[in-house]
Amino acid sequence: MIPSAFAYHRPTDLASAVGLLQQFGDEARVIAGGHSLIPMMKLRMAEVGHLVDLQAVASLKGIEVAGPQVRIGAMVTQAELISHEGLAKAAPILREAALQIADPQVRYVGTVGGNVANGDPGNDMPGLMQCLDARFALHGPNGAREVAARDFYHSAYMTERQDDEILTAIHFAAPAGGYAYEKQKRKIGDYATAAAAVQLVRDGGRVAAASVAMTNLSDTPVWSEAAGAALVGSTCDEGAVMAAIAAMLGDIDPQKDNRGPVEFKRHVAGVILARAIARAWSRA
Amino acid sequence: MGKKMQISLTVNGEAHEILAEPRALLIHVLRENLGLTGPHIGCETSHCGACTVDMNGKSVKSCTVFAAQADGAQITTIEGLGSPDALHVLQRSFREHHGLQCGFCTPGMITRANRLLQENPSPTEEEIRFGMAGNLCRCTGYQNIVKSILAAAAEMNAKEAAE
Repeated sequence: MIPSAFAYHRPTDLASAVGLLQQFGDEARVIAGGHSLIPMMKLRMAEVGHLVDLQAVASLKGIEVAGPQVRIGAMVTQAELISHEGLAKAAPILREAALQIADPQVRYVGTVGGNVANGDPGNDMPGLMQCLDARFALHGPNGAREVAARDFYHSAYMTERQDDEILTAIHFAAPAGGYAYEKQKRKIGDYATAAAAVQLVRDGGRVAAASVAMTNLSDTPVWSEAAGAALVGSTCDEGAVMAAIAAMLGDIDPQKDNRGPVEFKRHVAGVILARAIARAWSRA
Repeated sequence: MGKKMQISLTVNGEAHEILAEPRALLIHVLRENLGLTGPHIGCETSHCGACTVDMNGKSVKSCTVFAAQADGAQITTIEGLGSPDALHVLQRSFREHHGLQCGFCTPGMITRANRLLQENPSPTEEEIRFGMAGNLCRCTGYQNIVKSILAAAAEMNAKEAAE
């Protein structure tokens, strides 16, 4: 279980990191926490000639909560995210989701940026960021740009990020109302069989706004606009929840794998979404 | 063969300069270059936690860290916690409460438990189970591991109160 040989780089600023990506092209990969990349390198499913370690790039760290605006640096670890009290107040769904990712050792080193940039449909943060309508900041040879999380994912591991760009931060507006991140997994440390991120705003006993996103039920995370629309205006009664589930099932496309056949995954997706809606509504 | 690089590690309080390929995993450098065979290679796929060491105050699975990434880091392994003549409280507690059978997972368990107790000196049983979720044991069913950690926490807290 030893990867093929590579050269190691530890740039101390973003410009040098991007410079290395330009210099070495296809051969270069950035590494954040490495808990997705290193296993792939050990299996020799990822060939990396030049590994660009981002740990010393200070500008990629830090969490800022300024009024309703939140910025999370790409190199913030899941453990740092979980322990940040300001963030837990502004967007408690993040802590709830991060606590369901992997295990303590992985959360100490696994980063939010790596989780969203990797493009693995099994990762939890991409769906969550769609629920929050987050924006990803990318930095490349031509400078900085932002992409909406909802436009970022093309297919498994294929994203809007170009090879010579680095995802530097995540921005979003602190969500209002109730929240829930509900995840069904076979065991601690597993990816989701199905997971749902839900934010609901309550106004006068009715749903004023709803955002629903699903994890690991397609080759990309799925933001189900129709599921949210099915809830808005309702009293979040059983009929509305059933309509939201039906709408969500129209948007996902799960594949059979060792977590179960398609029928099972669709069933679990419905159960998980119903639970997430109920919990979010109870907090709204 | 890749080109070797100089890696500085402080392991159990001792500074080391190591020449290793960037692709060398931290677990291999600890075991093979430094002869610290306490951390074990279990699954080698970041699931089992037998290779857990403390790196800059965090529990990490050293099979999923390149030694190059650890360049400049402070590492503590099970060898840094206690010795056969002077066992660490957790080591003693695991022995007294039957927290191990075959012992393969034990160095990782204790190294992780030590970090957990530093972050949360009085964990509940549930917090221990959640905090130890990255370490697998195929013998004990976890009951006695949890008991050992609870007992060690109580002993450490009693000692602190007495001081």
